[in-house]
Amino acid sequence: MDAILLQILNGLDKGSAYALIALGLTLIFGTLGVVNFAHGALFMIGAFCAVTLQRLLNLSYEVVDETQTDFLGNPLKVKTPYVEAWFGPEFGGAIIDWAVPLAILFAIPIMIGVGYVMERGLIKHFYKRPHADQILVTFGLAIVLQEVVKYFYGANPIQTPAPDALNGVVNLGAAIGMDIVYPVWRVVYFFFAVVIIGGIFSFLQFTTFGMVVRAGMADRETVGLLGINIDRRFTIMFGIAAAVAGLAGVMYTPINSPNYHMGMDFLVLSFVVVVVGGMGSLPGAVLAGFLLGILESFASMNEIKSLIPGIDQIIIYLVAIIILLTRPRGLMGRKGVMED
Amino acid sequence: MFGLNKKDTSLLIIVACLTMFAPFILNPFPTDSGLAQFNAGYPDLMQRFVIFGIFAIGFNILFGLTGYLSFGHAAFLGVGSYSAVWMFKLIGMNVIPAIVLSVIVAGLFALLIGFISLRRSGIYFSILTLAFAQMSFNLAYSVLTPITNGETGLQLTLEDPRILGVSATADGSIPVTNLFGLEMRSTFEMAVGPWAFQFNAGYYLCAFIMLAAFYLSIRIFRSPFGMMLRAVKSNQQRMNYTGLNTRPYTLAAFVISGMYAGLAGGLMASMDPLAGAERMQWTASGEVVLMTILGGAGTLIGPVLGAGFIKYFENIFSKINDNVLHSWFSFMPDGMEDAVVFLIHPFIGKGWHLTLGILFMLVVIFLPGGLVEGGQRIKGWIQGRRAKDSSTAKETNPAE
Amino acid sequence: MSKFDVSRRGVLRTGAMAGAGVALPTIFTASSAAAFTNEPTGSSVTLGFNVPQTGPYADEGADELRAYELAVEHLNGGGDGGMMNTFSSKALQGNGILGKKVEYVTGDTQTKSDAARASAKSMIEKDGAVMITGGSSSGVAIAVQGLCQEAGVIFMAGLTHSNDTTGKDKKANGFRHFFNGYMSAAALAPVLKNLYGTDRVAYHLTADYTWGWTQEESIAAATEALGWQTVNKVRTPLAATDFSSYIAPVLNSGADVLVLNHYGGNMVNSLTNAVQFGLRDKVVNGKNFEIVVPLYSRLMAKGAGENVKGIHGSTNWHWTLQDEGSKAFVKSFGTKYGFPPSQAAHTCYVQTLLYADAVERAGSFNPCAVVEALEGYEFDGLGNGPTLYRAEDHQCFKDVLVVRGKENPTSEFDLLEVVEVTPRAQVEYAPDHPMFAGGNLGACNPGA
Repeated sequence: MDAILLQILNGLDKGSAYALIALGLTLIFGTLGVVNFAHGALFMIGAFCAVTLQRLLNLSYEVVDETQTDFLGNPLKVKTPYVEAWFGPEFGGAIIDWAVPLAILFAIPIMIGVGYVMERGLIKHFYKRPHADQILVTFGLAIVLQEVVKYFYGANPIQTPAPDALNGVVNLGAAIGMDIVYPVWRVVYFFFAVVIIGGIFSFLQFTTFGMVVRAGMADRETVGLLGINIDRRFTIMFGIAAAVAGLAGVMYTPINSPNYHMGMDFLVLSFVVVVVGGMGSLPGAVLAGFLLGILESFASMNEIKSLIPGIDQIIIYLVAIIILLTRPRGLMGRKGVMED
Repeated sequence: MFGLNKKDTSLLIIVACLTMFAPFILNPFPTDSGLAQFNAGYPDLMQRFVIFGIFAIGFNILFGLTGYLSFGHAAFLGVGSYSAVWMFKLIGMNVIPAIVLSVIVAGLFALLIGFISLRRSGIYFSILTLAFAQMSFNLAYSVLTPITNGETGLQLTLEDPRILGVSATADGSIPVTNLFGLEMRSTFEMAVGPWAFQFNAGYYLCAFIMLAAFYLSIRIFRSPFGMMLRAVKSNQQRMNYTGLNTRPYTLAAFVISGMYAGLAGGLMASMDPLAGAERMQWTASGEVVLMTILGGAGTLIGPVLGAGFIKYFENIFSKINDNVLHSWFSFMPDGMEDAVVFLIHPFIGKGWHLTLGILFMLVVIFLPGGLVEGGQRIKGWIQGRRAKDSSTAKETNPAE
Repeated sequence: MSKFDVSRRGVLRTGAMAGAGVALPTIFTASSAAAFTNEPTGSSVTLGFNVPQTGPYADEGADELRAYELAVEHLNGGGDGGMMNTFSSKALQGNGILGKKVEYVTGDTQTKSDAARASAKSMIEKDGAVMITGGSSSGVAIAVQGLCQEAGVIFMAGLTHSNDTTGKDKKANGFRHFFNGYMSAAALAPVLKNLYGTDRVAYHLTADYTWGWTQEESIAAATEALGWQTVNKVRTPLAATDFSSYIAPVLNSGADVLVLNHYGGNMVNSLTNAVQFGLRDKVVNGKNFEIVVPLYSRLMAKGAGENVKGIHGSTNWHWTLQDEGSKAFVKSFGTKYGFPPSQAAHTCYVQTLLYADAVERAGSFNPCAVVEALEGYEFDGLGNGPTLYRAEDHQCFKDVLVVRGKENPTSEFDLLEVVEVTPRAQVEYAPDHPMFAGGNLGACNPGA
């Protein structure tokens, strides 16, 4: 029982990342009708926002300490971060420690900016082009973005730890008399995802802006005829989608050390999530994200692996095939979207 | 000629000349000049050009004609390679049985996957094929290791039975692939002045097979069957309303293109008897999509050009290192040399992905019809404005 | 830095139709003048450095390339000579190899067998490389080793740790200096026994491909011989990034040791996840829960940061070693690049010197002569103590380092500390050991 509950937790946690990425992807598709293969790269850039902030906070000045030597026998240069020098080791150290949560504030403007530039600079010109061209150009962009990141940060994973206070484990089962130990940061990640998803939904549901966007998704032309500048709103939505992917990346860094190709690792998966959920359906993307996360976790349980060897390698794709064959529009998709 | 119209015949003849004289054409620079780095006329790369050409031609029969975008075509190439290597292990080193088997197995595999995947269209079809290919890759890498040899890739060993051949040659090495005794790796080198041209038996086998494949694809493009496939692309619904069942046609196209992929896989294994699971990964499937679109989807010659373009980058640009750059720019003053090398450095060697990505984007943005459109524009530009009006209007819409 | 030029081709050309590509054309056997593939006839010799430059192991590949460039510099008489001064063999003069200036070409393996072979082939067919070296994974090493055997050039493996490279996939033209899974296990076992006792229950998480399996097999056998139990061996997909669903079951399995048979990005993630789940703070069966990472890489350990502290594993070489060879190497590498070399860099540098030295001693670049010179060769002064290149399987036998993640690192490079140097005698095994059986070295192939 404990084991199953633990795997559900794992699934929800994995699912949060899937859901956040797929949410942005499906948002872009639903509004702009663009298949964005660079979305994984946005996730990766978000993660590297955290890395960058961490580096910035750790910018140091060097003092030569004659009493110590480095590996070549030269006097050691002792580094002290400027932040610690300015705010004192206590508070400065705390700022460095909280780099990842702070990176949220840092990443939002950057990601919206990146999204805005991407849409205005490139994707705008591809609305009328076939999906194949959109895929190709965004795929090319994804390669370029990840190579640029690799050029500056190298290929190896870079550790970006969570704040010490959030590093331990918590017993989630204590209240119900069970022993379910789970890392604090993963719990944080889950709630963070829930807040973001809730935020996006209420933004679309309860604001005038969101209402117009939803109307535009349903019938772009009519909304345009009403004299509303729908393009501008869609551009903003692209920025928001980029920010969602970026924030998913920022918060993901303590779970797994980021590297330049983490976006590609998630790309195929997030497409599967979007399709399983239904192209252009926001609730579908979220539901499918969590569903696939949980199924993936269950498939990696030893009991199930011994029944069907290798099931954890293919479960995601198997589910996608079954869903597409039995319910082609996805779990919550509208009929007729992208079917031809 | 050959049942082709005049234009197609001349295209076929041009392609035939290009492939036959490739060892000359691809080796334009004398071997001891600095630019020899850009020579591509060595057997392995020439083989790759034509083999991936076959792969892309086959992919184009499906995508270019019917518009079905398969994202799992590499699986057929992988299956073809595996069956060919197994033939070398079990039967003998002649390439003919291996190639035949790889085409058949890939065809059967394509029939199965196509039968299921073609129940859906559009992006759903793409995701279905992607899912099948990724499943094949993941399983080949891990659980199916007894058949595929997993990470290491399926290789020949000295202990293989090889019923119709020998397990090991007299001097204790693994026998090499051959065509009735003609070794695939045998190369004839011709020195002309400062040039050295290499003529490789395996390359010419691949080239002849590619010509046959290219000829077949022209015939398919021009046949009533091809017309039917184009009709599927332009409006499948209308076809269905006329009471015509399109599924057998699309399935046939899918299987044919799967067999092309299997042929490419079989040839790859024949040139170099190794089959690795990465051949089936989604990035490999993506690569053939890129090749086709980059060259010009729906055109006859486009996919071959695209295949050549990408393989050239992979093999030539990745080998340029800072040392080479320094030797090129050594005529400049020291500071300037370093500056130039510093500027170019991110784009060569380990940065070849970056260059490729940028070029992809440029081609897609400015040449929607791929390299073929680029060629046509140049042609139109040369022929002047008069000819340009009529030719661009007629020919620049092949991508869709 | 040596300038690159391709003049070797120009000289080859003088042999008229002789210089074949990969192999001698069967139809032109009679007119052949070359004695073996890519025989260097000019004033220079070309080596092929085939390392991952793109993909997840690109940083390791970059470090290997630095080591190769350093080795070439030293062979050509530049720099401070590095380990050439401490090497027990004094055949190398610093005037290239056999008086020929060493030049090199580089390629990108992409950590894919196909790409690695394509790149190696182009070095052999186009650039006339007489030796190929490099690589950062066993799959690639085995694939390229097979190719070199067919083509008739020497392959000096880079970083490859699978038993198979010199086990069932061994080849006469291939040589490995790096250690392997069996040696890791043999070196680790006594240390683990001292640290954790003989009554332990181990849980294995293993990357689901050939290397992972051979290491899992080796470690399980060695620890079971100590009296440990193995409660479970779980295979994880290579593409896995989040290991939480594999780590979670460990908590309630009754195991008190977790063995992570992962490398590279897999290792960083699985170790990070294991620490996140609080495994290190747990007490099971009255003992502290422990994690073991049998194959450590300092470059990769950096990605796991704090999480490596106090975790044991093995490594081929580490820059803090205090023997003369290591010190000389660290000094010349550090002076040139500003940071200490990795174990991948070390093994690549050593392999290049060993090849050059073997050619020098054999007096010929002929692969068969080189094979003969390397087989059963005893040497010292290259950082691992007295070492033997065993003739039966072309595996180097030398001391193995057991290391631990350092608690108080003094610099960003100072992540590991050497706990014990396990002497060579303890890690030796018979060539027909069951874990290595099934292969056949075959005969050396000089190609043309």
